[in-house]
Amino acid sequence: MKRQIISILAENNSGVLLRICGMFSRRGYSIESLSAGTTEDPTISRLTIVTTGDSATLEQIEKQLMKLVNVREVRLLPDDCIKREHVIIRAGNDARTRTDLMQVANLFDANVLDVDDNSLAMELTGEPGKITAFIRLVQPYHIQKLVRTGLSALERE
Amino acid sequence: MKLTGAQIVVECLLEQGVDTVFGYPGGAVLNIYDALYEYQEKIRHILTAHEQGAAHAADGYARASGKTGVVIATSGPGATNLVTGIATAHMDSVPLVAITGNVGVPLLGLDSFQEVDITGITMPITKHNYIVKRVEDLAPILREAFRLANEGRKGPVLVDIPKDVTAAETEFVPQKPTVDPPAVLAADDDFQKAVELIKHAERPMIYAGGGVIFSEGAKPLAALAERIDAPVACSLMGQGGYDQTDRRYIGMLGMHGTVTSSRAVSTCDLFIGIGTRFSDRVTCDIKTFAPQAKIIHIDIDPAEVNKNVKVDLQLIGDASEVMRRLCNMLPDCSHAEWIAQIADWKESYPLHMEPRTEGGVTPQAVIETLWRLTGGNAVITTEVGQHQMWAAQFYDFKEPRQFISSGGLGTMGYGLGAAMGAQLARPDRRVVNIAGDGSFHMNCNELVTAYKYQIPVIELLFDNEVLGMVRQWQRLFYGKRFSQTTLERGTDYRKLAEAYGITGLRITRDDEIEPVLKQALSENGPVLIDCVIDRDINVLPMVPAGAAIDRPILNIEIDD
Repeated sequence: MKRQIISILAENNSGVLLRICGMFSRRGYSIESLSAGTTEDPTISRLTIVTTGDSATLEQIEKQLMKLVNVREVRLLPDDCIKREHVIIRAGNDARTRTDLMQVANLFDANVLDVDDNSLAMELTGEPGKITAFIRLVQPYHIQKLVRTGLSALERE
Repeated sequence: MKLTGAQIVVECLLEQGVDTVFGYPGGAVLNIYDALYEYQEKIRHILTAHEQGAAHAADGYARASGKTGVVIATSGPGATNLVTGIATAHMDSVPLVAITGNVGVPLLGLDSFQEVDITGITMPITKHNYIVKRVEDLAPILREAFRLANEGRKGPVLVDIPKDVTAAETEFVPQKPTVDPPAVLAADDDFQKAVELIKHAERPMIYAGGGVIFSEGAKPLAALAERIDAPVACSLMGQGGYDQTDRRYIGMLGMHGTVTSSRAVSTCDLFIGIGTRFSDRVTCDIKTFAPQAKIIHIDIDPAEVNKNVKVDLQLIGDASEVMRRLCNMLPDCSHAEWIAQIADWKESYPLHMEPRTEGGVTPQAVIETLWRLTGGNAVITTEVGQHQMWAAQFYDFKEPRQFISSGGLGTMGYGLGAAMGAQLARPDRRVVNIAGDGSFHMNCNELVTAYKYQIPVIELLFDNEVLGMVRQWQRLFYGKRFSQTTLERGTDYRKLAEAYGITGLRITRDDEIEPVLKQALSENGPVLIDCVIDRDINVLPMVPAGAAIDRPILNIEIDD
């Protein structure tokens, strides 16, 4: 079993996400994370899907994706591709934890987005490992809300 | 010229060369049916009893003619009634365009009367589908639907059109459809590798699936088999892709294939699968499939390669084109010893059925007599079950599009609609729907359609008062606990036929087979034959699910 990042270019129309996710679901392929958005061409979306499977399954996923009419391009990205995730966390429950959290944010170069008397909202963009480490260090300071995007990735040239 | 959406629908059908459509009217397609009324001189509309029958008829029409089948249904239940028909076409790669009406765009998503999300429902069972929300998009989408249905691996496409779009007007510019030449993606290098594998093979075997029929590949297949000097087996979908009266033909392969085919696949050193997806009903236990063989896979759909069976070489492209090119690159081969071995198996293990009682009717005798009386030229459609396997086993098809059956989905109730569609596509041929009494009762309402349009199909009903195939499995694997498979519904089929205005005949003894079939064939309109058979005639050989293909069951003891 291998973790694989798949980058997909698809026509940006209603239903395309459903078609792709539906294909994964009915054929029993996993989606660990998914991120989608338009590209420089507003009629085209790029999706990044993280999946796992043996080599035969990954071959099938690629081929089945290519059969979808709205899908233009499918790439299985190599491990050394550019990978980014984004997280927004609101944490802290009193003035002291808030100060401690400022230090954690500094350590990771995270941006502070919002502050109130007892808590702090921070954002961080980085490789998935860095995001996970950041969340781990924020964990003791009472995480109130957390949103983490799926992975976005591009090949290196 | 300015046309309404409904007129554009019909104009686009005409553009594509459609002259027959199947369907059922309703609220959301009122405008389309109004346009069909206007164009009735140019497009024949066949009204079925139920939308499912219309979908199967369009499918049968497509399989018999090679053209794209077209079915029209209204929104909501009209659309959902198409679902089984669309799924059937999808599993067997049949080019079909389904047009459904929907509620007007402002009413979409409000749970309006007869509203259903048919594009959502049919997403997994179509090649692609559309909902057309602007009349300007209608013509381009319909053209693309026809192109997609026929491109590469064929299949169904659904176009859902809200009612207000069919009423709205826009400029329509006619456009002739363009046909792309058949594609071959395989590299020259791979062809060369295939040639080497074939040249060095001592015991090659060809296995043809439905792709041979859809790519009009019967001639190149015959040429290839002769060039390689290899035996040929066909899948259920491939029946008729190779002349079954030819000495190289070894029968169907798979769960109910011949012993010769299962021996051949287990012994061959090169297995060439053409236009096939290596279904589980064919490979049986995948680990014991073609154990001594290198496998070459020829198919239009790259996703079928290495999906079920790991292959040694793939040649992606239109099966016909690939076979032609391959044939041209090959020298004449000879495998006298191998062919002699095949002939020996064929002689030792013929398909044979004994009547269970003195004078009793066997499906083999009925189907072989039918073959003789029709000169082997009839188009045979089937329902699903034992009779379907018997039809494939005992009617020796000589050419493509002679055998029309729901292979992948296994849709009981498919055959009667398909038979009518096939008959309308092929008025020059006798069309016989071989059915079982279980399947018959699923969609026998379509007899009204056969009568209304005087479509001269013969409904040959093997009447054993049981769901025979399931009963066979219950006998073998469920300790003869015949749970819900004994029908005994007491239907008088001749009276039923007569009530529908159809000639009803009956066969109960072997000496009635020939005279009754002759009488049926002499009729000009539709005929139903109630052919009474014993309920414990089984389909043999049989490879139990998941067992090795080389160990078929050849005899089932009936001791109760």
